[in-house]
Amino acid sequence: MPYQFTVSPDFGPDQLANWHIFNTWLQRQLAIDIHFETFGSFDAQRQAISEGKVDIIYANPYDASFLVREKGFVAVASPHHSDETTVAVPADSPVDSIESLEAGCRIAQTDDPDISMMGMILLEPADLHSGNTKTLVQDSYIQVAKALIQNNADVGFFLSDAYEGLSNLVKSQLKPLVSSDIQIVSHALLLGPPLLDRREELQDRLQAMSEQPQGKNLLDSLGFKDWKPVDEEEMEFMIDLIDALAA
Amino acid sequence: MQDMNPTDVPGDSREVLLHLFDGTQRKVLITDEETPYPEGKLIVSRTDPEGRITHCNQSFVDMSGYEEDEIIGQPHALLRHPDMPAAAFKDLWETVKEGKKWHGYVKNLRKDGGYYWVYATVIPNVRNGEIVGYTSVRRKPSQKKIEDAISTYASMS
Repeated sequence: MPYQFTVSPDFGPDQLANWHIFNTWLQRQLAIDIHFETFGSFDAQRQAISEGKVDIIYANPYDASFLVREKGFVAVASPHHSDETTVAVPADSPVDSIESLEAGCRIAQTDDPDISMMGMILLEPADLHSGNTKTLVQDSYIQVAKALIQNNADVGFFLSDAYEGLSNLVKSQLKPLVSSDIQIVSHALLLGPPLLDRREELQDRLQAMSEQPQGKNLLDSLGFKDWKPVDEEEMEFMIDLIDALAA
Repeated sequence: MQDMNPTDVPGDSREVLLHLFDGTQRKVLITDEETPYPEGKLIVSRTDPEGRITHCNQSFVDMSGYEEDEIIGQPHALLRHPDMPAAAFKDLWETVKEGKKWHGYVKNLRKDGGYYWVYATVIPNVRNGEIVGYTSVRRKPSQKKIEDAISTYASMS
């Protein structure tokens, strides 16, 4: 029975192809069979994790908290590529600052829990919260952009990288109000209980990845410079931070 | 903790003697200069179990007006503004020492005597069942919440 590897469902199809290649690299490095599984939603992925069907995961910080503290996963490495959130409105919207958004506004977002949490934090200066806004969950960031452009939503939350990746035509129809600049919250690669004894070995191989031409190309295609080892305390700190933000 | 240095405080200021939670006193100099909260940023710090700062991020450094080496090792009360009632900090410490999260609106004092408002959350860092320190994260509060806090704290002082 092969081990299962998955990535946070916030990646689009183009990026999934690169993660598929990463899975092949992972299998060679650890000399084990690993199946790359993708999930259509965060809920579906959580369900699979609860059923013990995930052994290796590139997780967003919000899920990392649940995986480490409740499911016995350990952090191996992080690309230290921080996850930031951009809040945008339609380009022709009269709103030009967070503070000018009003209660009752419609928020387009994906079901990504990190971006949803940070987006709502960025709306707090306008006294907006889940009780006085309407959430419209979209399947992807391009759908979030569409909801804004078609005036089906007043404000949208984007993973900043996804916002930057939108075409110029789409971006010209949007107006970013604010982007988070947290710097210390990032995705991490985690190993589940059946693979805990391979942690150090994988950490060494991930660290060496940027020194090999093939590894370097793969890192480039994933948008990373390199992998940095994450120790237990670093991970716990990030989880404490997420915990504090979720308060 | 050292008293504030008048040479760090430009313009007119008022001198106030603070009575800190640990029983010590500190002479502070305050001005009416507000520094706006930086957009999109979080101010993050960690302390040891006694409340001495062990880590802080760049936003903490920028907003406090101190250099990082002037911050590390200092009690968190370095940022204590005299307009904050002692009861708010008593509640904070009692809550986090019980292992619970605390959150509230806080007026912080800068090195230059000015101030900035934050919405702060403090959580205990629990490792193997023991509290090994505290993490504090501050974010931008709404103007209405600041006004509510000003009125609440004025009635508590």
